[in-house]
Amino acid sequence: MTDGAVPRFWREIPQRYNLIGNQCGTCNRIYFPPRESCPYCRRKSMGKMKELKLKGHGEVLTYSVIYNAPEHFEGQTPYIIAIIKLDEGPKVTTQIVDCEIDDIKIGMRVQSTFRKIQEDGYIGAIYYGFKFKPIEVK
Amino acid sequence: MLIIQPMLSIGIFYMRTDKMMRDVAIIGIGVTKFGELWDKSFRNLIAEAGSKALFDSGISGKELDALYVGSMSTGRFVGQEHVGALVADWSGFAHMHIPAIRVESACASGGLAVRQGYFSVASGMNDVVVVGGVEKMTDVVGDEATDTLATGLDQEWEAFFGATFPGLYAMIATRHMYEYGTTREQLAKIAVKNHANGALNPYAQFKRAIPLEKVLNSPMTAYPLGMLDCSPVSDGAAAVVLCAADKAKNYTDKPVKILGTGQASDTLSLHGRRDICTFDSTVYAGKKAYEQAKIKPDDVDVAEVHDCFTIAEIIAIEDLGFVKKGEGGKAIDEKITTLDGKIPVNPSGGLKAKGHPVGATGVAQIAEIVMQLRGEAGDRQVKDAKIGLAHNVGAVGASCVVHILEAI
Amino acid sequence: MKDVGIVSYGAYIPRLRIKSSDIAHAWGKNPETITGGLGIIEKSVPSPDQDVATISVEAARAALARTNIDPQDIGAVYVGSESHPYAVKPTGTIVGEAIGATPILKVADYEFACKAGTAAIQTCMALVKSEMVRYGIAIGSDTSQAAPGDALEYAASAGGAAFIIGRENVIATINETCSFTTDTPDFWRREGRKYPAHGGRFTGAPAYFRHIMSNAQNLMKSVNSKPEDYNFAVFHQPNGKFPVRVAKMLGFTPDQIKQGLLCPIIGNTYSGSSMLGLASVLDVAEPGNRVFVTSYGSGAGSDAFDITITDNIKELPRKNAPLVSELIEKKQYVDYSTYAKYRDLLYED
Repeated sequence: MTDGAVPRFWREIPQRYNLIGNQCGTCNRIYFPPRESCPYCRRKSMGKMKELKLKGHGEVLTYSVIYNAPEHFEGQTPYIIAIIKLDEGPKVTTQIVDCEIDDIKIGMRVQSTFRKIQEDGYIGAIYYGFKFKPIEVK
Repeated sequence: MLIIQPMLSIGIFYMRTDKMMRDVAIIGIGVTKFGELWDKSFRNLIAEAGSKALFDSGISGKELDALYVGSMSTGRFVGQEHVGALVADWSGFAHMHIPAIRVESACASGGLAVRQGYFSVASGMNDVVVVGGVEKMTDVVGDEATDTLATGLDQEWEAFFGATFPGLYAMIATRHMYEYGTTREQLAKIAVKNHANGALNPYAQFKRAIPLEKVLNSPMTAYPLGMLDCSPVSDGAAAVVLCAADKAKNYTDKPVKILGTGQASDTLSLHGRRDICTFDSTVYAGKKAYEQAKIKPDDVDVAEVHDCFTIAEIIAIEDLGFVKKGEGGKAIDEKITTLDGKIPVNPSGGLKAKGHPVGATGVAQIAEIVMQLRGEAGDRQVKDAKIGLAHNVGAVGASCVVHILEAI
Repeated sequence: MKDVGIVSYGAYIPRLRIKSSDIAHAWGKNPETITGGLGIIEKSVPSPDQDVATISVEAARAALARTNIDPQDIGAVYVGSESHPYAVKPTGTIVGEAIGATPILKVADYEFACKAGTAAIQTCMALVKSEMVRYGIAIGSDTSQAAPGDALEYAASAGGAAFIIGRENVIATINETCSFTTDTPDFWRREGRKYPAHGGRFTGAPAYFRHIMSNAQNLMKSVNSKPEDYNFAVFHQPNGKFPVRVAKMLGFTPDQIKQGLLCPIIGNTYSGSSMLGLASVLDVAEPGNRVFVTSYGSGAGSDAFDITITDNIKELPRKNAPLVSELIEKKQYVDYSTYAKYRDLLYED
């Protein structure tokens, strides 16, 4: 699905590398990915959306294990996908890594990590971004 | 706030309906077989369904004011856009120069095409229209069909990271199992029921019942969904002819009225939803349809719901109000939705056994309900079916179209 | 040169491991002979979604986690590797973006076989000392390939370390650095080829040993030191035997090299090798400790560093990022067929 669409994915580097979302200046709701305006405050929020870097900590709301890979993900199966609720509020769809399939649980605390997401074959661009791993307890 | 806004909009819709709209009836239907139809092209399929519908309706074609066609992804499946014009031409209407409209809403393209056709007649703009739905999915090789279906997901924030169509529905299943105790057995029973129904349907892609163990042991696609929890890749087409209800008897003695229609949208991504286990798009589309039809869920005698995956049927019967939220699994255990159950669901075999040529499905569901209400459903006939409901969902619930029909 | 030194450091080693015995079995070799001969028990393996960019980012982020530095004050990022993901398009820009140091940033990628990372340290030292930048990050990391069935297959592993170089709150002063370089073709990889080639036993005396011995002796002469003056010594580790032998030849004891000797359990991380050894030393070093580091890169050259740990290391919150020992312990084994699939040995068009 990337198929050489380099600018399209370059634009999203701040989101994929550093979880940059934004916050409505009127109601303080936080969005990821960032939005032009707040769906609830609408006109009042235009020009008032503030960039915000999310911490990358959250919990697993649900998950699945993919056995039939889509294009660009062949050879990686089985892999875990999950919906994570970030501590700041927004939810993301992502892969879970560094975790055995038998150990993945709803409610698990996770943190973001930097991985290769996909690439345009052997000659195309490589796209990096976030995946999540079980939180390292200190 | 979230509760007041939709209720206000339903109220406004209700007032408008009373003022502007006239009743619309379905006067003819046509469906092709669904399956891997190597000998039939996209053009063959829609022409076959369309001509069957015209024949069934008794119109010659000269009466048509417009043509609507629902198809999800003709560009990727058959390299063709500008499909409204193509279908009008290939159906033999090019020389009539009627308006032709192609409608898209992922897997709800067919249902939405019917709704658009309905509005054009209800508003008085058109008197007679034909609405078709078609998808030709087997001309592409290997995984291309699955990857094309995935264009209905959020490309930037779901598909890009490796989420697949079955994977997203699987995540709904995992959460449903966690919150409500739904089991893999209950999911599998949905497949068993629908294959048993499909065995009675001459148009179905799969005409054999399958035992529970086979579903449970099918290869894993995306945990907890196995291969037999998933609807197939299919070719097929269906068409219906709509006309103003007060003129229907000029053409047929078995017209079926569209009592109500509803449509709703929601966030494109599953992760953006209010509740992972609920399709609010189904809830709101259903509510609008029930309001217009002036009926309650209990009044529905037969329903065709969007079971692209077994879990989808479970949440559909909850979201349409047939059972309480969380009790979709219990419903299949208690056989509420079998052919002789309290509310038979997917007598045709559903998407699971009948097949799921994406753009055709929404129209085919309506054709099935028409057959049921006319008493023409053969071995899979639901007794005394007077009011039927068709429920068509786009991708992972970002859009939904519901129609309620009644024999008149 | 007194002020310039290491302000913070970070390391990353992928979780997956493969045992030398499993590789030996795949090729019909006697595992004891291999393990005994090379001194390597197991090595780290990158998963398909890891490469030099992801490892470098993890190491750099780990280094930053241990400081309060504003990433915008980092003026340079140099990444040394022999397995950069792109032949053209630097890893350094990906790292720079991922740590928030762009756009006012000097970046280039380095290649000098296994000593590209230490060359990056020298460059950052010069940029800091000349006041061209306030902080520079030097990273050495690799996921290098070895031809299936070749002797290098037991060693070639994945990992990396990052060092923030500056003059403020330095935890380890780099008192002196020197290099020894000649044109010696002991090990190389031609442009466009997947796997390196090497001169077999030629990689020993005229290459590894000559350059490390000469360079180490030159460094000790220039700072007027003896092996006994050091608490720790780190040498490049292509296998478990060479660093032990060269240490002995120079007069260092097994105790001095123990903390920095990682190859037996994670393999040769190439540009990460000496760097991870130094990171391991910094995990335990105390104020006043003196550290001797000598890297080696085929082709050939060596960089040596004389380092003194300062009092500031007591303030460094080491626990904000994983210690090298924690990264080593966090492991999951794969078998040879999974390893072959992951390392792309089953080449797909």
